[in-house]
Amino acid sequence: MNILSAKNIVKRYATHTALDDVSLDIPAQSIFGLLGPNGAGKTSLIRIINQITGPDSGEVFFENEKLSPKHVEQIGYLPEERGLYKKMEVGEQALYLAQLKGMKKADAKKKLKYWFEKFEIDAWWHKKVEELSKGMQQKVQFIVTVMHEPKLLILDEPFSGFDPINANIIKNEILNLKAQGATILFSTHNMGSVEELCDNIALINRSRKIIDGSVKDIRKENKSNLFEVEFTGNMMGFTNSLWTYGKLGEYKAEGELCKAQIQLTPGSTANQLLLSVLSAVEIHSFKELVPSMNDIFIKKVSEQNSIGTQSNFIE
Amino acid sequence: MNKILLIIKREYLSRVKKKSFILMTILGPILMVGIMIVPIWLSMQKTEKQKVEVIDDSFLFTGLIQEKDIVHFDYPPITIEQARAGFFDTDYDAILWIPKNVLNGGQNGINLFYKKQLSNSAQQHIQYSISKMLYEVMLAKNKVNVNLIKDAKDKSTFTMITTQVDEAGNDKKTNTGLYMGIGLVAAIMIYIFIFMYGVQVMRGVMEEKTSRIVEVILSSVKPFQLMMGKIVGVALVGLTQFLLWVILSTTLYTVAVATFLKDIDMKQIQAKEEVIKIGENLDFEKMGKIEEPNEMTQLWNDFKQVDMPFITLCFLFYFLVGYLMYSAMFAAIGAAVDSEADTNQFMLPITIPLIFSFGIAQTVMQDPEGSLAVWFSMIPLTSPVVMMVRLPFGGVSALEIALSMGLLVLGFLFTTWLAGKIYRTGILMYGKKISWKELGKWLFYKG
Repeated sequence: MNILSAKNIVKRYATHTALDDVSLDIPAQSIFGLLGPNGAGKTSLIRIINQITGPDSGEVFFENEKLSPKHVEQIGYLPEERGLYKKMEVGEQALYLAQLKGMKKADAKKKLKYWFEKFEIDAWWHKKVEELSKGMQQKVQFIVTVMHEPKLLILDEPFSGFDPINANIIKNEILNLKAQGATILFSTHNMGSVEELCDNIALINRSRKIIDGSVKDIRKENKSNLFEVEFTGNMMGFTNSLWTYGKLGEYKAEGELCKAQIQLTPGSTANQLLLSVLSAVEIHSFKELVPSMNDIFIKKVSEQNSIGTQSNFIE
Repeated sequence: MNKILLIIKREYLSRVKKKSFILMTILGPILMVGIMIVPIWLSMQKTEKQKVEVIDDSFLFTGLIQEKDIVHFDYPPITIEQARAGFFDTDYDAILWIPKNVLNGGQNGINLFYKKQLSNSAQQHIQYSISKMLYEVMLAKNKVNVNLIKDAKDKSTFTMITTQVDEAGNDKKTNTGLYMGIGLVAAIMIYIFIFMYGVQVMRGVMEEKTSRIVEVILSSVKPFQLMMGKIVGVALVGLTQFLLWVILSTTLYTVAVATFLKDIDMKQIQAKEEVIKIGENLDFEKMGKIEEPNEMTQLWNDFKQVDMPFITLCFLFYFLVGYLMYSAMFAAIGAAVDSEADTNQFMLPITIPLIFSFGIAQTVMQDPEGSLAVWFSMIPLTSPVVMMVRLPFGGVSALEIALSMGLLVLGFLFTTWLAGKIYRTGILMYGKKISWKELGKWLFYKG
């Protein structure tokens, strides 16, 4: 079941279109990555899902119901640009924001106590936000986002501003929340974290969605039958043994050991290729080169951008 | 609705708990009562008589200058040179020298030499008494019967009794000065309140925008709720402060009067004020009236004639709705800009009507039923101040008041609607230099 479906969302501002017919389906209890370069329309989409702004056309459904103010309590939002009331005490502020999310004061207090202890920050309860370091403020903000146990967590660039140790704490917390049944939508530029965490992604560029699906499928679809072979032996013999099964790409030798990339010819299989080189050289490793999300991201975005430029040129 | 209450509560409590609020609330009344009490108290302290040595070369005034509780006169038979030479061997505070030719144009040669300045009222008493005596002597010298003139003057000076007649045929005494006072005080308070708390709303909105917390809050509540919550919260802060000031001032005043001025009954204070007042405008027309210090009682009687409950109600209405209208605009400005420095270009058009309405208050007082007064007490941007100036005069018809109030409410709804549109776009817009044209565009964005 999808916890959230966005259908044909269009959002226009005076001079440009921020979102052009974007549709998304976010399966429940998964981690969904919203990717795209700066200015692609990610924040606009996130604001629409948070009901901060409304779309010009299109609809959003939360658990198959049309998105409405009552769903606010089921959503937790950590914006990219973070901030709290500087002059307000940490605990008081967290209580206030919890109540705005519809929690009862007593429940909120209990929950906050749990989180403050977990993050070892209970000593800060009466401190003013301006007295905290930036990293501490980020922790408080994360707690504020998750304390009402939302079904859907929306995190805009969650790791920016955290040092590696705290980023790791947050990452583990995200996985924890998923295990407890929450769905997480996060937007990021950090492709490493996408491969590590995300089940599904959507890539948005220039107000349009260009790909979406599960990370596994997308990588499979985008693989280019490239293999890497490490071997010792005669380079010439190796090249000859490729026969018609593959074509030599980049290669380099480090002492005895040679490393070569082979592009499999269409119609051949990896086994045929391996069999034919086995007799010529001594194989140390043989593996398929699957493109990283980073490669796919750059490839897709630059593809679309060059098409865009061309069509502009023709016009 | 519940969330708006939460916002109001936060806005209210976070301001009321501030040190600056507590300080202002306490210092305000102390200052006010201080201004009222200290001068009276100080003048009470100068009960020791000041001694003046009169050298009267004209022999017209010797032994005749009226004694007063604050000043005593001696007439030693010495010359001015002797007096001045021995001045510091005596305990006189001052030497009053009246030259010989005082009747023949020498009155400008009357001199007062002093060691330490005489109190203002003592000095005025001397000037006034001599002037009066000179006047009488001049008349007598020319064989004019002083009493005749006095009598003629008494019978020709009068204060016109102005009476307002209402529809039911009842008479009402009027006191223009008093009405001006009431109107002016009300207008000043509305003006200050709108400014002070309007700017607080603007700052609050800017704080939320620049600290970026606004995005978190807007994921829970609608922009309009946040804006209204802040406006209402700040209004309550203003009312609290106002109320506390009234209560504290009254208490403090009572206490201060009881402790510092306990030996003096109010009549004496009034008499004192009267002396100062008469001294100020040394006017022969008022000569006969020195001994009648009952103007205060008269003022009090007139005051009781004014329909204070009605005026207070109107005041609260214009005070609140006027503030609500202006603060919505202040909120819109706060949302549109990124920093305090950018607010100026937008502040000006908003403050102009307010300053303007205050500027024409004088004209309105002169002619409270004139077309200027009537028009500007209808236009919502100026009506809170102008109407409060007109109301104490009592000539405003019920229809006019209803129309003015109705228009103000409409004005409030309209500006709030307009401000809401600018607010919800501006609050999420960063790093953009905002122009009036840009603001105009925002009005047509869809939520």
